Amino acid sequence: MQLAVLSGFVLAAFAPLLHRWFGARTSFVLAAFPAALALWFLGRVPQVMQGEVLLLVLEWVPALGMSLTFLIDGLSLLFALLITVIGTFVLIYAGGYLKGHPDLVRFHVVILAFMVSMLGLVLADGLITLFVFWELTSITSYLLIGFNHADLEARKSARQGLFVTVAGGLALMAGLVMLGIAGESWSLTELNAVGDVLREHDLYMPLLICLLLGAFTKSAQFPFHFWLPNAMAAPTPVSAYLHSATMVKAGIYLLARLQPSLGGTEAWVGILSVVGAFTMFTGAFLAIRHTNIKKLLAYSTVMALGTLTMLLGIGTEGALIAFVTFLLAHSLYKGALFMVAGILDHETGTKDVTAMGGLRPLMPVTAVVAMIAALSLAGVPPLFGFIAKELMFESVLEASAFRWLILLLAFSAAFLTIAVAAVVALRPFFGQRRQTPRVAHEAPVSMLLGPAVLAVLSLLLGLVPVLAGAHLLTAAASAVMGGPVSVSLSLWHGINLPLLMSLVSLALGYLLFRRWDRVRASLARLDPLLSRGPEAGYDALMDKVVVVSEWQTRVLQNGYMRNYILVMILTLIALVGNSLLLRHAPEFAFDLDVRFHEAIVTGTMVMGALFATISRSRLGAVVSVGIMGFSIALTFILFSAPDLGITQLLVETLTVILLVLVLFRLPRFSRLSTPLERVRDVAVAGSMGVLITLLILTSWSIDQFVPISGYMIENSAPLAYGRNIVNVILVDYRALDTLGEIFVLALAAIGVFAMLKLRATGKASRKTAPAKEAADG
Amino acid sequence: MVKSGTIILNTAARLLMPLQLLFSVFLLLRGHDEPGGGFIAGLVAAGAFTLYLFAFGVSSTREVLRMVDPRDLIGLGLLLGMISVFPAWFVNQPFLTAQWWTVPGIDFKASTPLIFDIGVYLAVLGSVLTMVMTLMEVDKDEP
Repeated sequence: MQLAVLSGFVLAAFAPLLHRWFGARTSFVLAAFPAALALWFLGRVPQVMQGEVLLLVLEWVPALGMSLTFLIDGLSLLFALLITVIGTFVLIYAGGYLKGHPDLVRFHVVILAFMVSMLGLVLADGLITLFVFWELTSITSYLLIGFNHADLEARKSARQGLFVTVAGGLALMAGLVMLGIAGESWSLTELNAVGDVLREHDLYMPLLICLLLGAFTKSAQFPFHFWLPNAMAAPTPVSAYLHSATMVKAGIYLLARLQPSLGGTEAWVGILSVVGAFTMFTGAFLAIRHTNIKKLLAYSTVMALGTLTMLLGIGTEGALIAFVTFLLAHSLYKGALFMVAGILDHETGTKDVTAMGGLRPLMPVTAVVAMIAALSLAGVPPLFGFIAKELMFESVLEASAFRWLILLLAFSAAFLTIAVAAVVALRPFFGQRRQTPRVAHEAPVSMLLGPAVLAVLSLLLGLVPVLAGAHLLTAAASAVMGGPVSVSLSLWHGINLPLLMSLVSLALGYLLFRRWDRVRASLARLDPLLSRGPEAGYDALMDKVVVVSEWQTRVLQNGYMRNYILVMILTLIALVGNSLLLRHAPEFAFDLDVRFHEAIVTGTMVMGALFATISRSRLGAVVSVGIMGFSIALTFILFSAPDLGITQLLVETLTVILLVLVLFRLPRFSRLSTPLERVRDVAVAGSMGVLITLLILTSWSIDQFVPISGYMIENSAPLAYGRNIVNVILVDYRALDTLGEIFVLALAAIGVFAMLKLRATGKASRKTAPAKEAADG
Repeated sequence: MVKSGTIILNTAARLLMPLQLLFSVFLLLRGHDEPGGGFIAGLVAAGAFTLYLFAFGVSSTREVLRMVDPRDLIGLGLLLGMISVFPAWFVNQPFLTAQWWTVPGIDFKASTPLIFDIGVYLAVLGSVLTMVMTLMEVDKDEP
């Protein structure tokens, strides 16, 4: 199964080839992939329904205990089905929506990659696996928001989405690592079993905050909600798929997944229910200010994400049932509504609902689909959205913390949402006929199929709620609860408070819809206040980042070799000096047993070094450095390391040759530094020398580890069939290192070639200094 | 700046280059048991060509190398290095585990470390030659 899911990446890589074969019909061919996966997941429903938890283990590096494990329980199965089913329809829809688009190939590649990443995210059992897929969804989402890359606004929005979610991803990583340490396991199934330990753990608060930051940024919770409406710069299939049905729910998924292990504490309940309720209200309130149909829907998605977070925060059995029901209902109607919005945009040429009107006779099917989906959004019986909303009101009424605040926010959000639903479904299709930039007509079948199926599902599940309740939702709610839950959904709950609230909110919502234009005009007066919201903070932060990076580039990365060397050496002195002098006293335990010839060689070396520093000619300096090198080679040979000696000799020879080739092209050898700088240089170089000498002497006198050379000497002949240990180390014991080294060597050679050859064709200045650096490196 | 050398250098280079190349192959093959090995052998071979370069210049050296561009040698070396990674995988051992085969008849031990060492040899030779020849060619291009 793991390989089947991951094969989507391979399919994505081959999408361009498929395009050559199938042309414009590629979308429909590719849709077979999520469809097949969806069938497989459907086949798992009976097993999971009986409370079974499937763990699929694929060993990867058994020696390190690494495996790719998929966890299939009610929750992940619900998500996997949403991803694959809606993914199938979105691909078919995109085949119509992006027909003839020059970058359709790129769209297919990225959306398939996203699909696989998202599936991996919801199926992963390992924390690290989950994190990797999480980041992959951020990156693919970035590529999809910026799909129309020629558009400045799209690029800006893509970057914003990436920065916000990746910054959250960083916090998430810290949180997951702490979670792994606190729970002493990296598997979600095992962590869910040790919830009591985790909730009492000292790390609970820090890890909770980090995880919540990750989840809140991904799922666009207040105050990080601003990136989601901006992400509407993406093509509509992307908005329908990533930014309503799947990716933005990743944070919600994570919270639901961790509910059994982390949920139920005061902090969890308080933060989640208040942030969720506030996000819910903010989304609904900001939605009615907009006339762009995609922004309207995006803000109502923010509302829905807030609702889901709030329900997880309340955390009672009823709230969790409401959670899974709302999750399913929202994915169905919001997916459908986004695709309808895309149809309207595609067929009329505008996204502004006030510019549309009277389209019903021209687009009858679209109108019906929009009506059904919008009724579900508004929570009108007998649609599935109504059941979800009733359950939501019920659980808000039984909330233990901040009940009245949440209730007030939930009620306001509900009637605002009803107004939004009315605007989306009624404005474009009824009323007076308006001229649109394009002459509207019904959309092709490929674009109608997806929204129609999703809308019919909303209706069907509303009429026969047992279809969803008895099967999948029970298992999903049990997984979130961490224990068995029985879900029985029904349309009619009797005359009770939630029903009354629904009726009142319907009436209020309808009133608001009638006065929408006037309300919007009066809300426009709030614009100066709203423009100082969290997004302004984000912009200010980004400006600061640019200022800081400009400053550090000017100071640290200024292009002068000497500065880089100075900084590197100073850092080395600080770090090594700290360890050696402060944390470990220098030691000298050796006897001065020096032979005469050894003293001569060492003396030559020292003389060479000294002369190199004071030499007034470049050739003199090169020669004295060479003398030092040859003395070192001599030392190797004296201490019976012939291979090292030979290598050193050859390298010295080649260095001299290379130097001869570049020497005469260098600028005149002159003194450029002031006396003060020279004093500084002497001090830095001197301390470096002293430090390294101390380090070598100290490391000589202590042995903390058993050297590995004994093992190598013993096994060189019997295991590696070689008597030359140096060579056996190079090509056998440490072959991977050597492989890396020859790649580095090759890169250096290519670098020299590129810099010299490409420069020769350009008009660039004729300095060879960079080439010399590369050759020496 | 590098011009054809003196008669002594020319004659010496002509005579020494084959010997040096032969010596480098000798070093390469004995490397597993005696001092030597791919890295050293590669440097010796590069030294041989560099001597020839100094004596006869870039274009004659290219003629000696015929169709082979030093950059291709780098690629070939890296490829051989990578090839030696995989045989272990087919016999279900971790990557890069050394595999040994005996060539029947001549009692020669063929092995993945040997392939790897030849890869190192070619990569080193190619890299050094690329650097030296590029530097010399830039000289030639300039007035």
